[in-house]
Amino acid sequence: MPKVAMRVNGRAVSGEVEGRTLLVQFLREGLGMTGTHVGCDTSQCGACVVHVNGVPVKSCTAFALDLDGAEITTIEGMANADGSLGRVQQAFQDHHGLQCGFCTPGMVMSAAALLAENPTPSEAEIRTYLEGNICRCTGYHNIVKAVLAASGQDPATIAAE
Amino acid sequence: MPKDGIGAPMKRREDLRFLAGDGRYTDDINLHGQAYVWFLRSDVAHGRITRLDTAAAAAMPGVLRVITAEDFAHAGGMITAWQVTNRDGTPQAEPKHPILAEGKVRHIGEPIAGVVAETLEQARDAAEAIELEIEELPAVVDMAAALAPGAPKLHEDIDSNLCFDWGFVDDNKAKVDAAFESAHHVTTLELVNNRCVANAMEPRAAIGLYDRPMDHYTLYTTSQNPHVIRLVMGTFTLQIPEHKLRVVAPDVGGGFGSKIYNYNEECFVTHAAKLVGRPVKWTATRSEAFISDAQGRDHVTKIQLALDKDGMFLAFRTETMANLGAYLRLFATVTPTYLHGPAAGGPYRTPVAHVHVKGVFTNTVPVDAYRGAGRPEGSYQLERVVDKAAREMGIDQAEIRRRNFVKPEEFPYQTPMAVVYDSGNYHATLDKLLELSDYAGFAKRRAESEARGKLRGFGFSTWVEASGLAPSRLIGALGARAGLYESATVRVNPTGGISVLTGTHSHGQGHETVFAQIVADKLGIDAGLVDIVHGDSDKTPFGMGTYGSRSAAVGGSAIAKATDKIIAKAKKIAAHLLEASDADIEVADGKFTVAGTDKAVDWATICLTAYVPHNYPMETLEPGLEETAFYDPANFVYPAGAYGCEVEVDPDTGAVTVMRFVAADDFGVVLNPVVVAGQQHGGIAQGISQALLEHTVYDESGQLVSGSLMDYAILRAGDVPGFTVDHSCVTRCEHNPLGVKGCGEAGAIGAPPAVVNAVVDALQAGGYGIKDIDMPLTPSRVWAAMHEG
Ligand code: FES
Ligand code: FES
Repeated sequence: MPKVAMRVNGRAVSGEVEGRTLLVQFLREGLGMTGTHVGCDTSQCGACVVHVNGVPVKSCTAFALDLDGAEITTIEGMANADGSLGRVQQAFQDHHGLQCGFCTPGMVMSAAALLAENPTPSEAEIRTYLEGNICRCTGYHNIVKAVLAASGQDPATIAAE
Repeated sequence: MPKDGIGAPMKRREDLRFLAGDGRYTDDINLHGQAYVWFLRSDVAHGRITRLDTAAAAAMPGVLRVITAEDFAHAGGMITAWQVTNRDGTPQAEPKHPILAEGKVRHIGEPIAGVVAETLEQARDAAEAIELEIEELPAVVDMAAALAPGAPKLHEDIDSNLCFDWGFVDDNKAKVDAAFESAHHVTTLELVNNRCVANAMEPRAAIGLYDRPMDHYTLYTTSQNPHVIRLVMGTFTLQIPEHKLRVVAPDVGGGFGSKIYNYNEECFVTHAAKLVGRPVKWTATRSEAFISDAQGRDHVTKIQLALDKDGMFLAFRTETMANLGAYLRLFATVTPTYLHGPAAGGPYRTPVAHVHVKGVFTNTVPVDAYRGAGRPEGSYQLERVVDKAAREMGIDQAEIRRRNFVKPEEFPYQTPMAVVYDSGNYHATLDKLLELSDYAGFAKRRAESEARGKLRGFGFSTWVEASGLAPSRLIGALGARAGLYESATVRVNPTGGISVLTGTHSHGQGHETVFAQIVADKLGIDAGLVDIVHGDSDKTPFGMGTYGSRSAAVGGSAIAKATDKIIAKAKKIAAHLLEASDADIEVADGKFTVAGTDKAVDWATICLTAYVPHNYPMETLEPGLEETAFYDPANFVYPAGAYGCEVEVDPDTGAVTVMRFVAADDFGVVLNPVVVAGQQHGGIAQGISQALLEHTVYDESGQLVSGSLMDYAILRAGDVPGFTVDHSCVTRCEHNPLGVKGCGEAGAIGAPPAVVNAVVDALQAGGYGIKDIDMPLTPSRVWAAMHEG
């Protein structure tokens, strides 16, 4: 079987994969990093979002073999150096932006990517950016609040209209 | 009061692991030597299996065994938990629900065989080598067709496709008919409550493990109720006694009802682990979930409301067909009956009412409880007919409701539907809604929308549910085959830390935080000293799990009760140490004090004394500090709310935009306001999603057309605005120790009629004579309704 090498959360990793092995399978089964989730089989839900060379990617839609040499960041790599929650993660806890936690890794990774592109997004921009991430628990309300807060804006501005 | 006591907005502690990627969901678990199963499922909705040859598949690389129905010859079918009695006194029809198809298939996705192999890919490849021939039979998908004479029959072991024919309360029937005879006005509405797929974001998964030397099984599964699975799957289906089976439901990624039931795949992996001598793992794909998870709703109803000249309700009656799919799952027959009828009268003083429901088998995926379970169907039909009646009689929507509400001073209120609402104040929640939604300013907002070429509507929904399942004696009399108490063990450790073992299960509800608040509050200690343990039948006392908004009202009450027992014993220990009478001991801030003195011992001393009992009243008190309580509620709880939805409709396209959504709820005492608001948001979103987007479609042959997230629309962040939610109108539950009512299902019950009523309001205001329109209100449906009338 072919071998693939990449850096995941700053750590050099390698492993044997089949041509059909998805990035998410390589992370979960090959590396035992189960923070990244699989919620669907049609690239709809976004539970699997990771960053590949700084860009958000649905890891159920990328072949591991294509990513030789890539720099991957997963939810496990989002904490601060001292192990405390990173800025986006902390905002999700502060604003109750998660319930069952299953969509959460993908939501946090998408939200972090948004803030990297657009440091002070509007509520509408947040909602539009998160179109690829389904959450069945929160109704998105507190996720949007969390992202506003993580961007340093007042989360109380979220309201009807 | 400790800072994280009852009512405090404590941040959720479970979030730390979920946010770090350290959650432990079933699919995250891998056992040494585990094998994988792939299921061969039926691709036709109805047919006879004429050939099933597994020899070639069994010979494929990596295959350990191909398992079929013959391997389950010793097992029973999967059971249903409630026996509904027909109007003629006979019991419901209960056809066998086999684990793997026995000679016949009855719905798309029904499992026929499971291939167990070293890898998932090998199992999947081998499943394609199974030689399967099915002689296709005519399928019935439509309920009326299924009940017609000569319809293709699903089950040979019962008479027809009718499961039950149930009336509630049947004694009311003559009075209801008489009220209609003398009514000033009768409003009639026919509607469909669309079938939904719960789609918890974590697909179901299960791992079976068999320990041969101990003759002991373990099942890891995505369940809302591990003890229930151990009981019904173990003893009733697989014939494994409870003490030989451990069921673990670790972190579970949402349930919404769909993870209550004992599923075929759980039975399979448990038994297969023994057959192959290896752990066996299964994880559903999302597409597999669409054809194997129990689906929800799917009622076709005619409702009629009789009114006098002042718009006072005199009676209502319904005729409903409830689609059960091909087989009965655990709550399949209770959902459209006893979870539907008792609160179907809503917050109104309607003197008499009758609901008539026929449960129907069709060649579709089984239907069972989905967030709200029977109560959303009830509130939807009632709130829509009330809306229509108000329009027909020219009465304001808020006014017709207010006129008919049970008055605050009338509680406890005996309804005509056999239950007693213990407390409530429906006028207060409606007033709160009008205030928060700026109803007075609606006309101005409508004018602004019209200036932009949009139609604007405001929709009301005022609802009550019966939840907090459930008083055992009452439900036993109604056909339940189980009790619905809940259990808790409060285990105090020698140095003062506490483990609370609960029979409920958290799959998003935040129990690990909220339940700790209850114990911390009662003892006056830091919530950090309290850990919540759930989801493992070997650790927790027998309990019934989480659904029906029961965790706080029933499970929380069990915890409160067990904590009271701890306090009673701790007081005795304190009294001994302080040489006082235990009747004089008071507990506050983690200190046990002799009333009126400064003589006190702290919590740590009490705990240490209990476990190092050198100075201890050994003659009258056992050492140790651990108590268990079972709490059986005296009544249901009756959360209620007033919801308002404002929409804009684009008259050119029929597209609906939700502009505002306001919810004013009465959940009784609120344990954690942040968690409660989260439950409101999530329920409302699911309700809006059902009303506007979600639809489960089968074609005439029983093929599922909406079989993936590509075809089945779920609400996304951009589809809704922020919600305004309120739970400040509090009437205490009168019969549980915490005064709580339950909030998990509220939004899914209250939201759909508010959305649809808003769209009807917008269209009427635009001059379109829409009377009937069914969910989901997609642009094409709205546009068609505008141009048909
Ligand atoms: S798993 Fe659903 S988008 Fe990747
Ligand atoms: S928190 Fe459960 S799916 Fe988002």
